[in-house]
Amino acid sequence: MAILKTFLYLLIYPGFLFLLVYSTFCEWFDRKVFARLQNRMGPTHTGRFGLLQPVADIIKLLAKEDIVPERADRKMFSVLPVIGLAIASTAMLLLPVWHFSLERPSPNSFPGDIIVLLYILSLPTLIFFLAAWSSTSFFSEIGGARVLTLLFGYEVPLFLAVLGPAIMAGSWRLAEIAHFFQQRPLLLLANLLGFLIAVICLQAKLERTPFDIPHAETEIVGGTFTEYSGKKLALFRLMIDVEMVAGAGLLAAVFLGGFPGGVFVGFVHFVIKTLFVIFLLSILRAVTSRIRIDQVVNFSWRYLAPLAVLQLFIILLLKGFVL
Amino acid sequence: MKYSVPIGPQHPALKEPISLRMTLDGEVIQDADIRLGYNHRGVEKVAEGKTYLQNIYLTERICGICSHSHSTCFVQGVEKLLEVEPPRRGVFIRYLVSELERVHSHLLWLGVAAHEAGFDSLFMYVWRDRELIMDLLEMISGNRVHYAINTLGGVRRDLDEGQVKKILDSLALLRKQSEYYLNIGAHEPSFVGRLAGVGLLTKEQAVDLCAVGPTARASDVPIDVRKDDPYGMYGETPFEVCTADTCDVLGRTVVRIKEVLVSYDIIEHLMRNLPAGPVAIRTPRRPKPGEAVARYEAPRGENIHYIKSNGTDKPERLKVRAPTLGNYAATVEMLKSGFLADIPLIFAAIDPCICCAERTATLVDARTGEEKTVNFSTLRALARERWKNAPLKKDAVWPF
Repeated sequence: MAILKTFLYLLIYPGFLFLLVYSTFCEWFDRKVFARLQNRMGPTHTGRFGLLQPVADIIKLLAKEDIVPERADRKMFSVLPVIGLAIASTAMLLLPVWHFSLERPSPNSFPGDIIVLLYILSLPTLIFFLAAWSSTSFFSEIGGARVLTLLFGYEVPLFLAVLGPAIMAGSWRLAEIAHFFQQRPLLLLANLLGFLIAVICLQAKLERTPFDIPHAETEIVGGTFTEYSGKKLALFRLMIDVEMVAGAGLLAAVFLGGFPGGVFVGFVHFVIKTLFVIFLLSILRAVTSRIRIDQVVNFSWRYLAPLAVLQLFIILLLKGFVL
Repeated sequence: MKYSVPIGPQHPALKEPISLRMTLDGEVIQDADIRLGYNHRGVEKVAEGKTYLQNIYLTERICGICSHSHSTCFVQGVEKLLEVEPPRRGVFIRYLVSELERVHSHLLWLGVAAHEAGFDSLFMYVWRDRELIMDLLEMISGNRVHYAINTLGGVRRDLDEGQVKKILDSLALLRKQSEYYLNIGAHEPSFVGRLAGVGLLTKEQAVDLCAVGPTARASDVPIDVRKDDPYGMYGETPFEVCTADTCDVLGRTVVRIKEVLVSYDIIEHLMRNLPAGPVAIRTPRRPKPGEAVARYEAPRGENIHYIKSNGTDKPERLKVRAPTLGNYAATVEMLKSGFLADIPLIFAAIDPCICCAERTATLVDARTGEEKTVNFSTLRALARERWKNAPLKKDAVWPF
């Protein structure tokens, strides 16, 4: 029974199948919000309200010719999209979605899982860099260099912001952090600044406007993905969608009080909270223009990182005097 | 590490073929070189074989955005040769279309610039409002792009009361929207961060390198043919020349949006004072031998047409200097010491109309890089030699 449950967990919910369906839905949601903010209709025709458009895009890409550049590292070039998708999906398993029960925790909820999750969410950046590097295209290489430069910008503020609530809750376990804030919902307000910083950093991690510098099409064609096409590009796109869900889930678990109430109520919590985070990401994407790579590093070290430290300071003061 | 990057001839940032060869040090541009000649169409040669009336429609097709600029410039020159003056109502309608075209061109540019900077929301909004102008142009002339409203001695279509009212109504909405865009363009932090201080061109450089149009005006050089050498009814129309002193892409953006607002004033002035009378007069079709130069302030800058007549109904020579050509020298200066990320913005900021400016093609050997200029018969001989031994495809079928 336990094995069956584990398989169910891995393959159906919240594992692979749910993740694929939900991440494509999130892409649709993001595209629709982005389009409506731009006075466009967004996806309309495929499926009801265009819901199947992301799926249709992926199927279309799967049917396209699969090209590997002559001078590219063939093995790396082909295997990276699969590894990337696997990594992003793994991140999802660590979220306290279903197994929210502190008495009988499932094996993938353990002290320190927040660190592991943050680590796993950093890996896609490396995957992008390697993908860019192994395609040996000039534009990809510039994209790859920009991916890493971007990482130096957002990673530290993201870590500082996400670890704030953990310090407040006195735990390195996502389920416990979420539980702590469910008991004291008002304390979530103390993390508001950290939440905003984390949203901005997540935007940078997902490489969306204003941080879509590594694949800025008007500057360096496709950037990281210049040489990718067909199935591999489809996997990368799916990977970014999954990463978006996992990132939004992390923020929801840490800053928005997690997903209490068992399987069904918890599911509703999960959907509403992740969609809220994605909604914020979409707005951020719609109201800004792409900035330069030097401006990103400047911005994150001049504003984001000090603000994140300020947030930590607030939390420490609260912890010392109030709690 | 120094390396050279080819931007173009095919690149997502470029809507037309041109080759920008950048020498980069990391992300910083060390040197820039512009190669032209990917879209030589031989328009000037074609013009020599057509009558003046036919050439109006040919010159209209030099550019797909400022089509009216070229046809008006040509018509101005021919009317000088014919020694005729179009009736006032015709002049008003002709330059009404000019100003509408300037508005639609500048709004189009703003959208493109926003897209180059990755600001797609502004792009979508601007292009939505540009449709109002396109609708007006379609209402006036029957076409959205190639208006074909000019003719020798006036224009081909008249305006009625309802159309004048519709134009004025649309203007009110457009003015409100344009002020909003001016506000965004000059204040939205991430957008301004991308534009400010990028692509610097000092006033001295702008004068030395003969920059024209908004590029020069953004460097605080108040040149505008409408003011300096008034044609049509511009001498009696009150308007100001918009300039900026920031000398960068932000200045070029602000100048263009301000010009849009000034154009609304001009259009309103034209519509309120539209004289009665005919819109065109009959003109002779054969000018006396002679030559004429017409200047016209196109949305991109000064447009010059030189026409030489030999007494027949066809011009002996037509020379077109499109405004983009005047800005290339300045562009090379602007690109130097910028960032790789700024290339599309700097280049887009001159509002390049590459195909309008193409007047020559150079033959480059792909293997040796050797360049030579050949005449047409040599080119044909080369082609014949290349395909001499190629087997005939007997069973060749069209793929559809």
